[in-house]
Amino acid sequence: MKYEFIEHTADVEFRAYGKTLMEVFTNAAIATTKSICEKEIKEDRGIKIEVEGRDLESLLYNFLEELIILFDSEGFLVSNVKKMKIDEEEKTLSCVLIGDSEGSYEIFSHIKAITYNEMFVRKENGVWICQVTLDV
Amino acid sequence: MKTVKISKNIYGIPKEKGMNVPGRIYASEKIFENIKNDKSLEQVKNVAHLPGIIEASIALTDCHQGYGFCIGGVAAFDLEKGIISPGGVGYDINCGVRLLTTNLKRKDILGRGEEILKELSRKIPTGVGRGSPFQMSKKIMNGVLSGGAKYLVEAGYGKKEDYLNVEEEGCLESGDPLKVSERAIKRGIGQLGTLGAGNHFLDVLIVEELFDKVVAKAFGLKKDQVVIMIHCGSRGLGHQVASDYIKKMEEKYGFEELSDRELINAPIKSELGQDYLSAMKCASNFAFANRQLITHWVRESMVNLFKDIKINVLYDVCHNIAKVEKHVVGGKKREICVHRKGATRSFGPGRIEIPQVYRKVGQPVLIPGSMGTSSYVLVGTKKAEEMTFGSTVHGAGRVMSRSRAYKEFTGEEVKEKLKKKNILVKSSSMRSLVEESPDVYKDIEDVVGVVGDLGISLKVAKLKPFLVLIG
Repeated sequence: MKYEFIEHTADVEFRAYGKTLMEVFTNAAIATTKSICEKEIKEDRGIKIEVEGRDLESLLYNFLEELIILFDSEGFLVSNVKKMKIDEEEKTLSCVLIGDSEGSYEIFSHIKAITYNEMFVRKENGVWICQVTLDV
Repeated sequence: MKTVKISKNIYGIPKEKGMNVPGRIYASEKIFENIKNDKSLEQVKNVAHLPGIIEASIALTDCHQGYGFCIGGVAAFDLEKGIISPGGVGYDINCGVRLLTTNLKRKDILGRGEEILKELSRKIPTGVGRGSPFQMSKKIMNGVLSGGAKYLVEAGYGKKEDYLNVEEEGCLESGDPLKVSERAIKRGIGQLGTLGAGNHFLDVLIVEELFDKVVAKAFGLKKDQVVIMIHCGSRGLGHQVASDYIKKMEEKYGFEELSDRELINAPIKSELGQDYLSAMKCASNFAFANRQLITHWVRESMVNLFKDIKINVLYDVCHNIAKVEKHVVGGKKREICVHRKGATRSFGPGRIEIPQVYRKVGQPVLIPGSMGTSSYVLVGTKKAEEMTFGSTVHGAGRVMSRSRAYKEFTGEEVKEKLKKKNILVKSSSMRSLVEESPDVYKDIEDVVGVVGDLGISLKVAKLKPFLVLIG
């Protein structure tokens, strides 16, 4: 399983999984898009980003925040992540966000913010898991 | 967790080690049992630990679990020893409600619902992704951030009476746009005049019942009158201000000591605390301006169908905000910083902050229902000033998750159900319609009844929805 949504009364909560840290971050990005748009999104163009954090949680927070800023400011929907590099020591990340303009897709929700509510990034029995709550 | 019943509709969390004040919850027995099901009480207790908190950490009748602070919460802090927290305000800074009155009656709009919805949605952008047709330069953005609704009116988007009838006259003074990040401006610059998603919508309603004729007259409300409610906030700009300052406060003060990372805060007196307050004022002004621009477009749309229509602003309230206000604490009047997160100011008669026209009766309090249930106009009271730092509830509160709603209902079912109640709804997405189905909310009648019994706001009018436009 790449990701799953968890019941949350007021907002959206998901868990994402991956064999590597890169994979779990990528799947978290895909889950974030799925929480506002159900359709498959074309891999039309890429946008390079670089983010940093204090710990893995804030690195994930800052990474996912780039998605909502790109959506609000440029109408860009992310469908995939390529060339992902994470430096676990330095807590830095660089990647290319792949996606399409939102124009032709039905968007059913809007993400206000990524939150630290019950957020974690950890390795359990060899699998990376993260949990994220989105304020919608 | 240990809780005690203090008196009818009032419960307490006794002060324990580490808590600076006790917790206090205003709810009926039935609602209090419901509140116990999520983390609200734990969050009320956590907030009671914060430095400089005054009297009590308060949760109101509509409270539910939020981030750090519960939604439906009030916390007041000493200006010397206290803190300010983005989590105590919420991500949607100055999410609020504006109510417009019209000179139309029920009979004028019956049978014309489709036509009105079509006209409104031509002007007012619907659909989450769709940006605003209002093109804004950086200069105008700065004007909006520092001048709010007042700035827009002076630029020709409304009349003076509009902003005079808004909380704080539509502008929180001394907000410095330089304290708002470029990223926040980038998110908000294309969004002025948009409703946003989730529970944000524009309603056309009919005054169904009056409870207090004297106050209703002062508010300009009559039975069978058509009124329009706008529910929205500061959009991506305000959300980013919250996120930015959460990060800055974490960097400066660390979160390791906190029981919940979302409780991050800064001393009010500190430079960072003051910077957040300033940026929060700018985001609040953006929200006031947002509701002003939508008001302008409502006027432009409705005049195409009703050429003699007159639309006035009854009032405009903030639901998510922190403000420095004067309150009586321990018998003495002093300035304190009141955080209201999912709560409405509810000042009683005589307060200077209330527009002159309403000052004798108390401020209007606007409580939106869900799209299928009634909304209410209440009036603020002296009792609220004594019990809740002049605050009351803000709505009904969700009880069912979005994902469960999506599994349980279809868009067509929700539409049909509303149609049976004579409510027409327009939404660009079927899924957002399902997620906001009336069945996912608490009963607003219960909530409004309890605050009336407590005396922290009193019923003035009940508004029945007729048309709903979902952002």
